[in-house]
Amino acid sequence: MLDPAFLLAGILNGLLAGGIYVLVAVGLTLIYGVLHIINFAHGSLLMLAMYAVFWLWRLVGIDPYAALPLVVAGSFAFGFVLYRLLIGRYNHGRDENILLITLGLSIVFDNAALLFFGGNTQTIDVPYAGTFIELGAAFLPLPKIISFVASLILCAALALYMALSDTGKAIRAVAKERQGARLVGIDVETVFAVSYGIGIACLGAAACLLMPTYYVTPSSGHAFVLVAFTIVVLGGMGSFVGAAVGGLVIGVTESLGGLFLGEQLGQIGISLIFILILLLKPTGLFGSKA
Amino acid sequence: MKKHVSVRISRRGFVAGTTALATGALGFPSIGDAQAAPVKVGMIHPVTGFVAYNGQQSRLGGTMAVEDVNKAGGIKSMGGAKLEALLGDSQSKVEVGVSEVEKMNEQGVAAYIGCFQSPVGIAASQAAAKYNTPFLIDVGASDLIVNRGLKNVFRLKPGFGVCVDDGIASLGALNKAANNVAKTAVIVHESGEFGTGTAKLLSGKLPSIGITAKELIAHDNPTRNFDNIALRIRSMAPDIVMMSNYGNEYMLLARTLFQQKVNVSGFYSILGGGFNYKFVKDMPDVSQYMMDVNHWFNPKSAKAQELKKRVEAAGALFTFEVYLTYSNVMLLADALEHAGSADKEKLTAALAASTYKADLLPYGPTKFVNGQNQGGRPAVMQSLKGDIEVIAPEEFASAKAVFPKPKFG
Repeated sequence: MLDPAFLLAGILNGLLAGGIYVLVAVGLTLIYGVLHIINFAHGSLLMLAMYAVFWLWRLVGIDPYAALPLVVAGSFAFGFVLYRLLIGRYNHGRDENILLITLGLSIVFDNAALLFFGGNTQTIDVPYAGTFIELGAAFLPLPKIISFVASLILCAALALYMALSDTGKAIRAVAKERQGARLVGIDVETVFAVSYGIGIACLGAAACLLMPTYYVTPSSGHAFVLVAFTIVVLGGMGSFVGAAVGGLVIGVTESLGGLFLGEQLGQIGISLIFILILLLKPTGLFGSKA
Repeated sequence: MKKHVSVRISRRGFVAGTTALATGALGFPSIGDAQAAPVKVGMIHPVTGFVAYNGQQSRLGGTMAVEDVNKAGGIKSMGGAKLEALLGDSQSKVEVGVSEVEKMNEQGVAAYIGCFQSPVGIAASQAAAKYNTPFLIDVGASDLIVNRGLKNVFRLKPGFGVCVDDGIASLGALNKAANNVAKTAVIVHESGEFGTGTAKLLSGKLPSIGITAKELIAHDNPTRNFDNIALRIRSMAPDIVMMSNYGNEYMLLARTLFQQKVNVSGFYSILGGGFNYKFVKDMPDVSQYMMDVNHWFNPKSAKAQELKKRVEAAGALFTFEVYLTYSNVMLLADALEHAGSADKEKLTAALAASTYKADLLPYGPTKFVNGQNQGGRPAVMQSLKGDIEVIAPEEFASAKAVFPKPKFG
């Protein structure tokens, strides 16, 4: 029988893991909310961002957290250009084409990474990796605490930006009524590209926060995508608040499931939530009806 | 289309070369020479997918061996016939591995070498059995591979049964020398054939050295987060944590155990996929004092040291996949030499009767019984100060084991 003291530790571990899930899911939900497509290249783009963090550390010696502004800016630019040059240009106005393009990009990125970076597991060993805070039965590693706090701050900043800035308002207008936004003079194609860029910038931030505790291989990004989809469905597609709450709920569910049912059976909690939310509230916790 | 081999061992060239250099130097008959027909060897490894690195390392060792055989004049009893490697990618998937067998059979391979993952090796060698084509398992731990009565399957290296037996014996000796400090263990393993099979054997044999397995914890591939497993282990307070998993999960678990300050007398893995030079150099604090029972080269072999230098000069690591696949190609070349033919029946008979001495490995002459080499033995290693030292068997030991290990601060 598990000591109850470990229950709190399990919840805390889940919250810390959920913090990262939030950031990955926010990017996904933003892209869905505006472009109304699922970005199949999400995992591959996360992987590329993780490699960017790794190489910045390996070649230039930049700490993953210090690299955050650079990687976020680079990821935004990459996403923006990707949309402008490929996704926006070749979708011919059909959403299903975007799905195929992002799926194709995913395959290209994965194999390009394998070609250029090899299949070896790359890690970053930061000097503070072994530093931790002891809280009852919980040993909370400093990198995970930093990641959790930074993730929530970034999400809050993004939510404020979306609520208060002109660009944010334009993005919300396009998400709500594409044709109407066009009629009032909003450059919808640019908003699409900016939204895609912000979504990928979120992945850049997630990569910086992940690398001190995780690893990167050409296929490592995909490990986070399925859980991000679940979070987006749970929180409501296109909802920032939903992604934040959903990320933390899924993190804790996964943690407690793993703790009490074992790592394999513990994943059943995530699947149950996914099924229940589709059955009982298909729009998600914070999603609005289409 | 199947790719013919080209031997370039830089990482980029390694992957690109499989498609770009379809008419590479190996096995390509030069104009004007009356050369014997090349012997096609199918090499099936997971060069993409979640164990891509391991597959690439195997391919590296295999292509280097083909290059060496051909440079040395090919198969002399066959008129200097060159080896021609057909390179297949199982993509870390069973069904793809099987389809590679079928495709290569169409191209007339004399033998197969593969497949790194046990489930792929089991299915692929079964498929090859339909055509009576010899299948050399270079890496693949499950003993089911050689326990099915298939006459075409040969494994030079030891399976997890031998690794567990030797690992248990070494752990017992270590524990005895440390006044039996360890009485309990938790086993963390990947949920496939390799990890589950190893864990079951371990839990059954640990009592023979006075250690009880408190729990077997399975995890999937990939696993994002080992925090809960670490927490669970801490709640059970075992004396030893034993692991049996592939590279990424091994490394992530090791780092989590370090970060979560799981204080035990020792971390002891059987065929730990991530225990290699890169791991101990990249994470010296995490890896310090970790022990692993695994395949290892003979450090006293000049050929092994020379190959190690060549591999490292090419920017790669001298991991067990490299020298195991290399040795399997050499075993095949030796069998072809004795058979004097690429005829499948003759080649199978030559392999079954092989007494090949693997220069790189601490094995002794080969002796196959039901396809399993009886002389294959693992070594026990420990990470000490950012390097890997052999701590058992004694004749190959380069350092004395540190057990129990000092506690985390």
